[in-house]
Amino acid sequence: MMQEGNIVIKVCMGTGGIAAGGPGVVSAFREEVQAAGINAFVENNCSVHNVGCRGFCARDVLVDVIIDGEKTTYEYIKPDMVPRIVQEHILQGQAVGDWVVKEDYHTFHEKQVKVVLSDCGEVDPEDIGSYVNRGGYEALKTVLTTMTPEETIELIKASGLRGRGGAGFPTGLKWEFAGKAPGELKYLICNADEGDPGAFMDRSVIEGNPHSVIEGMIIGAYAIGTLKGYVYIRAEYPLAVERLKIALDQARQSCFLGKKIQDRDFEFDIKIKLGAGAFVCGEETALMASIEGNRGMPRAKPPFPAQKGLWGKPTVINNVETLANIAHIIRNGADWFTQFGTEKSKGTKVFALTGKVKNSGLIEVPLGIALREIVYDIGGGIEGDRKLKAVQTGGPSGGCITAGMMDIAVDYESLAPAVWL
Amino acid sequence: MHDTREKILKAYHENEGNVISLLQDIEESFGYLPEDAIYWFSEQLDIPPSRFYGIATFYAQFHLKPRGENIITACCGTACHVKGSERLINSLMRELHIPSGEDTSDDKKFTVEKVNCVGACSIAPVVIINREVHGKMTADRLMKEIRKIK
Repeated sequence: MMQEGNIVIKVCMGTGGIAAGGPGVVSAFREEVQAAGINAFVENNCSVHNVGCRGFCARDVLVDVIIDGEKTTYEYIKPDMVPRIVQEHILQGQAVGDWVVKEDYHTFHEKQVKVVLSDCGEVDPEDIGSYVNRGGYEALKTVLTTMTPEETIELIKASGLRGRGGAGFPTGLKWEFAGKAPGELKYLICNADEGDPGAFMDRSVIEGNPHSVIEGMIIGAYAIGTLKGYVYIRAEYPLAVERLKIALDQARQSCFLGKKIQDRDFEFDIKIKLGAGAFVCGEETALMASIEGNRGMPRAKPPFPAQKGLWGKPTVINNVETLANIAHIIRNGADWFTQFGTEKSKGTKVFALTGKVKNSGLIEVPLGIALREIVYDIGGGIEGDRKLKAVQTGGPSGGCITAGMMDIAVDYESLAPAVWL
Repeated sequence: MHDTREKILKAYHENEGNVISLLQDIEESFGYLPEDAIYWFSEQLDIPPSRFYGIATFYAQFHLKPRGENIITACCGTACHVKGSERLINSLMRELHIPSGEDTSDDKKFTVEKVNCVGACSIAPVVIINREVHGKMTADRLMKEIRKIK
């Protein structure tokens, strides 16, 4: 029996998906679909997309088959399994039950709240059109046509968004300081030098939805009043760098970057600066020294970058995830954002969940969630159902939380005093 | 060779005079930082070679010695370490006859290097063979991959 309407196949092509054989799966789908193309209908209506990481890397390669909007997700897919999926599911309309994700795939996602990751795994990171189709760059247009820079900063302040790099400084306040700093020339830097072993949040966001970070940067540039931005990114993340380059080119072609952005009197462009393999360069003063072409050695603060930063000019440095929140806040309002999280820690946080936990991968949860819920509900518990000893948060430069403190809330206020090096 | 240097020099001037980007371009073109190239750029740009040396030895990405044709990078981040990256490296060194303290085989066919974290922790341990990421690596599978390119 032939299906009606549109057929979309989405294959996970993050670093995890590619290592697990994603490219082979994509080409297998393309070949099979073409082979089935005697049936002209399939050829015309079926499209195969690469998408970024959807989090559950342990189950890669993950494949979505969407027929008329109805989505079926398959796990552990290898190229030799593709013909059967095309034959039974796409041509005959009968999903291959054995390979469809099980209950635990859904519990993995149940307690998560996706803001930053909401479009990861949905948009094609190498196609600006698919981002725009999901409301991308709407926030930028709203800001440019209806808001002043001051109003933009006020909105971000009202949302309570705090820096996701770890220190938790209010983002709106940071923008305000830099905006008020004297001088024409200012810089905006996106810190994508995610160095802590075990952390891959920023890499996945850039690989999965690079335009969300770029849009956040452009809005930030408008709010602060700057012409020049940098993304400082690790050379160890070649796929993220590649997708970022493609995204920047497409944003330029669509007049979201460059001179006269969207025909308005506003100019901004972004350059990529590759890190050269020094862990310390994630620290902001070391990062700036590295962009200037020097050894990345930290210096004392003050003066803070907002006063005296890159080449001595006022500079704002925001983390990838912080910037990826911006467009969502503009689109949905500060009140929408403040409904997630606790009184002082608003919004959601992306975590990389790895180690001896059953479901490893990338998760996004409301701030204030109990650590127990992350480990047992989302993570599915400990491998082999053994006893938990401790949870390390924030990588080796974070600290350990013992099994007795599993009810602790994961937010800026509660974690810091509980964690000791 | 000379053209390559001129091209790199031109990019340097277009790139706000960034020494790190310059070294990255040299490394990309030659596979390492050849001493005579450094002296040449030093003269052209009037930057003392010691400054290049200081930066080159600060960042892990730069190499002062030629490297092998095939680059095998083992991730030694926390997750990979826990899942046995050290054992993978030891078996690599044995298979490729790389003496201890060195990272490149005598015939210059292979270089084995460690990297801090490639951010693919959910598929640890990770080994990158000539830019291709391989996850959940075992010693057996690694040897098979190596013998394919040997």
